[in-house]
Amino acid sequence: MPVQYFLVLSMLIFCIGIYGVLARQNAVLVLLSIELMLNAVNINFIAFAAHLDDISGHVFALFIIAVAAAEVGVGLAIVILIYRNRRTVDVDEMSLMKW
Amino acid sequence: MSGDTWQQVVFWVFAVGMTFAALRVVTAQNVVHAALYLVGTLLGAAALFLLLFAEFVAWAQVLLYVGAIVVLMLFGLMLTRADIGKGNYDNDQRWLAALCAAALFGVTSWVILGTFEGQEISFARTEGVTTQAVGDLIFSAYVLPFEVVSVLLLAALVGAVVIARRDVGDESSGEITHETRARVEPGGDQTEERTPEVVR
Repeated sequence: MPVQYFLVLSMLIFCIGIYGVLARQNAVLVLLSIELMLNAVNINFIAFAAHLDDISGHVFALFIIAVAAAEVGVGLAIVILIYRNRRTVDVDEMSLMKW
Repeated sequence: MSGDTWQQVVFWVFAVGMTFAALRVVTAQNVVHAALYLVGTLLGAAALFLLLFAEFVAWAQVLLYVGAIVVLMLFGLMLTRADIGKGNYDNDQRWLAALCAAALFGVTSWVILGTFEGQEISFARTEGVTTQAVGDLIFSAYVLPFEVVSVLLLAALVGAVVIARRDVGDESSGEITHETRARVEPGGDQTEERTPEVVR
């Protein structure tokens, strides 16, 4: 099976994640889209690990899963704090630092 | 290439399923549906990991991503009072975002298809990558990143608790916005001040 199949699939899901990050209004939905992007990178790593017969891809995928868990924890803590202060998680309304 | 016909069939089934679920994640107008479509995408990714002999990573994916991270997202949706049922979750720049994503996909796919021309994954092996092999590699060549990730998880845990903790007995903790404070002070009515506690 051509390795390009997995790479193009990974890129497709990554780009769908990018669309989600840019187009979604709810902060938690933005975090969901970030998880899509991290998953696409995981597929890429595992595909290359199978292609190049190198287990390092598996190790990096595990590290990415761990870092994603840490990032979701901190990200959701921030979102909850924002909700507590502003009563909304609409990212368009968090524009205090805009020019 | 009849040697890996079944692998191709499985790949296409899960690839189409994953792409559909990913599209629904970013277009669903119901937040819980979006989270559940993410579960579908993650399970499709785990199936592809199994196809690529990555059994330990597939199980770690199901256990950690689906079992913990998506549950954490659902808790986040609950605690931020997401709308029940349909809501409006797309902002004004979604057409530009779709254009950017499509352009990025087009350019990088063209580069990928050109660069990896003719390289094939061989499904000739008879056993998957053993957990022992992954463990040996983590604790020999990648032990320093492993320790760093452990410290990172500890820092994230402590940080999340500190950030989301409600300050105890501190009225000027910033929880009450200016409008709420203005409503509280004139009448001395305490119900408005207590409402954030009840709602939370």
